[in-house]
Amino acid sequence: MALPPRLQEILDLFATMDDPADRTDLLLSFADQFREVPPEVATRPFGRDHLVPHCESEAYVWAIRQPDGTLKLHFAVENPSGISAKALAAILDRALSGLPPDQIAEVTPDIVEAIFRQNISMGKGMGLMSMVQAVRSLAKAAA
Amino acid sequence: MGDMSDIASRGYAHPEVLVSTDWVAAHLNDPSVRLIESNEDTLLYSSGHIPGAVHVDWTTDLNDPLRRDYITREGFSALMSRIGVTPDTTVVFYGDKNNWWACYAFWVFQLFGHTNAKVMDGGRLKWEKEGRELTREVPKITPTTYEAPERNDAEIRAFRDEVLRHVEKKGQLVDVRSPEEYAGTRLHMPDYPNEGALRGGHIPGAKNIPWAKAINPEDGTFKTAAELRELYLNNASLQPDQPTIAYCRIGERSSHTWFALRYLLGFKNVKNYDGSWTEWGNSVGLPIER
Repeated sequence: MALPPRLQEILDLFATMDDPADRTDLLLSFADQFREVPPEVATRPFGRDHLVPHCESEAYVWAIRQPDGTLKLHFAVENPSGISAKALAAILDRALSGLPPDQIAEVTPDIVEAIFRQNISMGKGMGLMSMVQAVRSLAKAAA
Repeated sequence: MGDMSDIASRGYAHPEVLVSTDWVAAHLNDPSVRLIESNEDTLLYSSGHIPGAVHVDWTTDLNDPLRRDYITREGFSALMSRIGVTPDTTVVFYGDKNNWWACYAFWVFQLFGHTNAKVMDGGRLKWEKEGRELTREVPKITPTTYEAPERNDAEIRAFRDEVLRHVEKKGQLVDVRSPEEYAGTRLHMPDYPNEGALRGGHIPGAKNIPWAKAINPEDGTFKTAAELRELYLNNASLQPDQPTIAYCRIGERSSHTWFALRYLLGFKNVKNYDGSWTEWGNSVGLPIER
């Protein structure tokens, strides 16, 4: 199944970047666009059932059903050093919010490698892929 | 002001290898000091670093691009030139994860004899928690001329055959991995991908003291000498006058323990076995204990 168009656009953009510095800048620009889950959706302390397992950045994820049946994704990243988690959260929100659950459920964790490439270090890969998996599980449950 | 006197009061054998965040803040414009950030997360430096700090990446800057080994004399000279360091420059390392990678870079620098080196106690965590300034501005460095000596592996780096002889002599070994890796029930760090070894367990006779036990988790600072002695000497029965080899999976976590044993507790002869479990657990015929 084809990836959602906005996700494919973002992956295509990363695919054009061979210079690690450009890739880093793009990731940081996504991290800068990260907006934490609004208080009307969740407030601290966040429910443990929204915590992404295996993620050192202490990332939380919510998928809220909209009146039109699509999902809106929200994230929180509690570790101040969780720059990569924030970048991925912003990408997932931009690419997947507003889609029906069954389309979101098709997205697999291997997009993490396409996005981060050499910026993925030993520990981070697991946590970031786990974020995608958490989104996928919520979407499956909502489908 | 506290911090400097604090480090001096902790009873370390070589307190001069640690500097406080206050000290760094007071030396931001000191041309004889070069701050070096080394992280596991390669995005972190670009997302904001201490003003004037340069980035040294453990994979791309310190390792040989082809062989499993560290850079050569030429590579180190070029690195030092690029980051604007002369033989007289005081380099101060800091980074994420309790200075794990900062200690690793410090250790590699010692292979080339740049002894004018320090670690910022508490690393990024303490600096950030204190609300100190971070910038995305990458400093403009005028390249220096730096003629590094040949890398000297003899003093602080252990190789496989030497470790085997050490085992046969019942020498002191510290396994700084997690208890699960030590016991052989897992082959990689918790929550980390399996970067494979074919066999699990530990080098015979090794004591298991996970590296981060040397750290106060709330601010990333090193524990006092008395606390470290309790950990390494009393609990694990290590003796500071005996040759000691530390290892982990690829030699990065153990460089942190190497730093604590050598400089904070004054162990006379400590080496880091960077081949570590990814070499030992994959080698044919080497003894393993579970």
